[in-house]
Parts: sequence; C-alpha cells; structure tokens
Amino acid sequence: MTSLSTKSIVFHKLIRNVNNYAKRMSSHFIYYPDKERPVDGETTKMNMMQAINNAMDITLKNNPTAVLFGEDVAFGGVFRCALGLQEKYGKDRVFNTPLCEQGIAGFGIGLATAGATAIAEIQFADYIFPAFDQIVNEAAKARYRSGGEYDSGALTVRAPCSAVGHGGLYHSQSPEAFFAHVPGLRVVVPRGPIAAKGLLLACIRERDPCVFLEPKILYRSAAEEVPVEDYTLPLGKAQTLRVGAAATLVGWGTQVHVLLEVADMARDKLGVSCDVIDLQSILPWDEETVCNSVKKTGRCLISHEAPLTSGFGAELAATVQEECFLHLEAPIARVTGWDAPFPHVFEPFYLPDKWRCYQALIQLINY
Amino acid sequence: MALKTGASFVKLNAFRRAARLLSTRTRPETAQNGGGKIAEFPGARAPYVSEMKFFNETSYEPIPIYRVMDNNGQIIDKNEEPNLDKATLINMYKTMVQLSHMDKILYESQRQGRISFYMTNYGEEGIHIGSASALSPKDLVFSQYREVGVFLYRGMTVTELVNQCYGNCEDPGKGRQMPVHYGSKHHNMVTISSPLGTQMPQAVGAAYAYKRVPNNDRCVICYFGDGAASEGDAHAAFNFAATLDCPVIMLCRNNGYAISTPTSEQYRGDGIASRGPALGLHTLRVDGTDTLAVHNAVKRARDFTVANNKPVLIEAMAYRVGHHSTSDDSSAYRSVEEIQKWTKDESPLQKFKLYLEHKGYWDAETEKAWSKEARDTVVRTMQEAEKKKKPNWKEMLEDVYYEMPPRLQKQMKQMEEHLKKYPEHYPLNQHESD
Repeated sequence: MTSLSTKSIVFHKLIRNVNNYAKRMSSHFIYYPDKERPVDGETTKMNMMQAINNAMDITLKNNPTAVLFGEDVAFGGVFRCALGLQEKYGKDRVFNTPLCEQGIAGFGIGLATAGATAIAEIQFADYIFPAFDQIVNEAAKARYRSGGEYDSGALTVRAPCSAVGHGGLYHSQSPEAFFAHVPGLRVVVPRGPIAAKGLLLACIRERDPCVFLEPKILYRSAAEEVPVEDYTLPLGKAQTLRVGAAATLVGWGTQVHVLLEVADMARDKLGVSCDVIDLQSILPWDEETVCNSVKKTGRCLISHEAPLTSGFGAELAATVQEECFLHLEAPIARVTGWDAPFPHVFEPFYLPDKWRCYQALIQLINY
Repeated sequence: MALKTGASFVKLNAFRRAARLLSTRTRPETAQNGGGKIAEFPGARAPYVSEMKFFNETSYEPIPIYRVMDNNGQIIDKNEEPNLDKATLINMYKTMVQLSHMDKILYESQRQGRISFYMTNYGEEGIHIGSASALSPKDLVFSQYREVGVFLYRGMTVTELVNQCYGNCEDPGKGRQMPVHYGSKHHNMVTISSPLGTQMPQAVGAAYAYKRVPNNDRCVICYFGDGAASEGDAHAAFNFAATLDCPVIMLCRNNGYAISTPTSEQYRGDGIASRGPALGLHTLRVDGTDTLAVHNAVKRARDFTVANNKPVLIEAMAYRVGHHSTSDDSSAYRSVEEIQKWTKDESPLQKFKLYLEHKGYWDAETEKAWSKEARDTVVRTMQEAEKKKKPNWKEMLEDVYYEMPPRLQKQMKQMEEHLKKYPEHYPLNQHESD
C-alpha cells in the first residue's frame, strides 16, 4: 500500500506536469486515481482504455454469444479500446459495421432479441443521435411494450463522451441528459479505470439496455491499479469519495476529478471539508446517497460539462430541493457548461473548471 | 432476355445469369480505354470507358413480377405449381377468410367505439399467408403492423389477437400498446411497435445471432411497407444484411400507398426491389395477390438464405384495398373506381379460392359454412373480450426495468395513496384489483 501511494503521488505529479505543459489541451483537471479496490487479489496498472478492453475481453471469453461491433472496431477502434480482441476471438465476434449509427443500434437490439449479448460502439457520443430513435423508442421500451415477452437487456451501447481539450462541437458532447429522460434505459458514466471495468461488466450483464458513456480524455490520462479478476460495481449506486460537513459536491465522469480538486482547495484555502459524490449511474440514479449527504451538509453543488438548461443537474437539484428542503441552508448551485454548443478555441472558458466550481462553493458556504 | 421471362426468374441459377446480364447490358457500347481494363480503385471493380454516360432509373429494365397463377386461379406454368397438400391449401385459405372476417368485424367495432383503433389487411392477405406457409415455425418474424395473417397462420388464436385490441387482462402485452400491436414469444413473432422501419436493422441483428448458433437452421423474416422503405433504417438494414452476411428475408409489401402518399411521391426508382441488387441483396419481385407465387418466393428465399447466410429482398406487389387505418378516409386521396378494380379483379382471396375450386378442394357450400364459422368465432371472442377486465393499474409501472428501481417504487406508492383518496375519479372498476 505504501509503495502504491508513492507511485500514485509520482503519477499525480507527472500528470500535473503534463497538464501544465499542454495547458490548452487538457488543463482543466488533475486525475485522482482510485485508492480503494472493489475486490482483493492481483492488480495491474491500466489506463481506462485498457480497463475497458479488459472488461470486454472477459466478456468475450466467458460468454460465447457476446459480440462487439461498430465503426472501426476490428483493428482495435479509434481509441484502441478493442485492441487485439478480433485476433483473439475471431472476425465473427469483433467486427466492423457500415458507417451508420441507427443501423448499429438497431442491429444490436436485434442481437439481444435473438438471445445474444451485444456490445455496440458508437465512435463518439456526439454521433449517437442518429441512433436516438432505436435507443429511445425501441431498446428502452422493448420489455414494457411486450409485457416482458421480449427485451433488449443484453444490449450495451458504449460511446466516448465529454471534453478532450480540442474536440469542438462534435467530439466533446455529454449527452447523458437526453437519455436520462428515457424510462427503461440505464445510463452510466465511469470516472476512471477501476470504475470503468466494474461498471461496464455490470452494464453488459444487466438485464436492461445500457448506454455507457466513457469520458474520452481519461482513456490514456487516467491510470491506476485495476484488479485483474472479474468484478462488477453496482448500477444505480453513487460512490462517496470524500467525507465532509461543509457541502455536498456531486458530479460524474471527468468532472469528479475537478470536484475532488475543488474539495482539496476548500480544505487548503478555506479550512472546510466537503462530501464528494460520484453519481456513476445517471439513470436510475442514487437519490438516497445524494439526499442523505445534503441532509447532513445542508449545501449542494452539482457540476457537469453538459449545458445548464435541462442538464441532469436540474433533475438532481429539483429532487434535492424536494427531499431536503428543511435541511438546505443555501440555494443549490449548478456549475455547468454554458447554454451554447461546445466551442473549439473557447474550451477553457466553456468548461465548468475548478475555479468556477470553487467560486460557486465559496458563495454557497457564505450564503 | 432472361429478365423478361418472369417464370424462370425465381430459379436462382437463372437469377444469377439474369443479374449478370443486367449488369453487362447496361455498359455503354463504346471502345474502352486500355481494352476494357478493370480499374484498381478499392471502392469498385469496373472497367474504364472514354464515353460519358449517366445512369438513371431507365438504364435498367424494370424487375419483372413473378406469378404462378392468373386472375382466374389457373396455373400459368405447371412446373411452378408448389406441391402443397390439400390440408395445407385449405388451412391457408381458411386463415385468409378468418383474417378477412376479423378485419371486417374489428373495423366496425372501432367505428362503434368499442376499440380505440384498428388497421385492416384487405388486399394483402396473400402476402401474409403465402409467406407464413413457406417459413419454419422456428423462424423469427419482425413485422410492421399489417401482417396479422402471419400471426394467425402461425397459430395465434383470434381470441389472443382480440384480447390485445381490447387491452384486457389476458393481453400478453398487458394493455400497454395500441390495438394491432401484437407479439408472441411462443410463436416467434416479435412484438410490433409503431415507429416505422425500426424493426428492419433489428431483424438483421437477430439473423446475425442465429447465424452464429452451431448448425443453425433458422432464418429471420422482416416485413415492411413501401413507405417504411424510405426510412433511414431500411437503408441501414439492407446494407448491414449484405455486408455482414445475414440469413434474413426482407419482405416489402408494396401496396401503392403510405397513408395518402402514392408511390410516385415515395420514390422515383423501380420500386423497392431495384435497391436490392444495388446493395448486394438477392432480389425478387412477386405478385403479392398470388398466394402461391409468394409462397414459392419465400420458400426459395428461405432455402437460399439459410444455406448461404446471404440476405434476400422480396418485393410483393399488392394494393391497399382498405383505408390506412380507422383514423383515415382514403377516399380523400384516391378514387372509388381504383379501389373497386383491385377489389374485384385482383383479390388474393378470390384467386386462391378459384385455384382451390379447380382442384376440387372447395365449393360454395364449404365457403358458406366456413365463412359463418369464421364470423361467429370473431363475434363470440369479442363478446368475451369485452367482459374481461383490464389489467391492474399497477401494470402501468411494471416491466419498465427488469427490477423496479427505488424511484419508480416511490411513484407507485404515490399513485396508490392518491387512488385511495380519489378512487371515484378513476375507472378502477374496469381494472383488476389486488
């Protein structure tokens, strides 16, 4: 454990240096590796891309019906998440599709309908919208409309999401709120390799269709000691990463790391401690963990990269207000992307970075 | 021209020849650069030419319509008559008659406000029964909504179908979907949904899953209309089916209309069939009012697709004799004469009946008796269906997820408490209770 934490400090410094060096590229967060392991046993250092690859490897190995498909997955995928899997499991299990997102989603639903496990990749979450009809009208409603006779539970749609430093309008979006309005779907966003492996394996095995959004900036920049063996993390459950009394900070994906740093800043500069919660599951989401925390702290800051209006923060804020009204000592703060398309050269001004979150936290505490 | 002799077209060898002819004859007859040298572009294998020629819908002969019998139920080419035994033929015809009576009575019951919505199948019964009779019961069916004959032929009872239309407690769909959105796991019929074309890439995915099962002997059939074929999902499905080598039959019911939109406003090419070869699908166009022709086509397609893991596209030509649905009055956009022509001369029921009569399997008396029985079955079933209660209101929140999430449990509780307080404002007595 000691050597591990030393390692993580070194890694920490390295990332900080890289980030300082390339300010425009990825200046908005420091990666906080997970220190706790969901299971005992052997671990190996993996970045998030490798952890996702590992989860799919385990699935393809243990489940003969499982197939992995999408645009350019055969050679390993444009983010290398499927690296080596076609060589290992064959061309009929890991394969390219024509360039057509509605086809990919529909094809995946069909596989699931016929009893196979389908892992579909949409190359960027920005391009999931052509598949919106198949995901929203078909996958999400299949069990309900058939009275339980058919379902799309064996379908998992993976898509890289969120800011990457220079992605502009169509390589940066965080579309989770669009899907959070769809009963029947599960929407999940991991914050790093350990979570990604456990949550992806849970999504693949879950009997409901899942949209698994992978913050692409973490694919290579996030690395930590990931258990080698098969494990899952529970869906619909948030994780409390820091415990404090001054405020509750809620986020998911990359933004969790921004909030962890904000909590450090608050500790160092203001001498207060915060609860930091990684929501992990956007739908269905863990109302209990969030509301219990806010009842304790009396203050709540929600932060996400997606635009403010009708972002998932709105749902959280409304529920917290309803459930924790008598405990709230300040209005709920939402620090998010602006209500504009995700811009190219203005990304540093667009993102809800630590300074914007920190300022909001100060206002929240001083209210 | 092989293309012009429709009868031999269904034979796949002949079809392959025809396909070759189709492609070669359209090449401009000019001297080719480099002596017809085939270009090495990765995207297409084709010769260079020095004369510029645009290709359009008139560059190809129209794909002919395969027929087995004429309007009088007479077999045109004895070699093409399928060897169906008497019992099968009678079952096929009886199912068509049953379907048409079910349509008539349920359509009227909607007019009387007894069910909320209905869609008839008039004019397309031949497509349903011809195709269903050529499939194995194990084959998975994805349908659009105007394929009830397939459900009936596969053994779903009128009672089960009517229960769905009423959304009563015996509807396997638990009253959640509009009428005619049938489904049956037991009969390998995937539950229908309203969004058009969505079932098409799904059928392809299911076929891919079947292909991977060792010693697979199943295929998937997917029905869709000429209007749905304009959806992006149709293009996705054709292309995925071809590139991923899937044992799937894509069966288009081209009935001339998508609600009020005639095919002249739906497409400008040679119908749906012409898209098949363009995307690499084995393709056939068939007379959808000729039940035997549809049977032959689907049977051949099934044998081919299961043996080769290659998709087949069948375009069955028909005419939508009825209104689009009970929410539509088709006289607003087409003439009564046009409808009558198709009702009189081109009825799939009439043609099939005449065929059975020529064979001595059917007569006026049997017709009368079966007609009465078919009608009585529907009427009796409807009376029973009307008496059955609707499902417990709690079914409204079940099956959204495999397990009900806490938030939904909370909402269930909220509604329960609300109904305790205001029961008189809700139709609770029409529903089953705990």
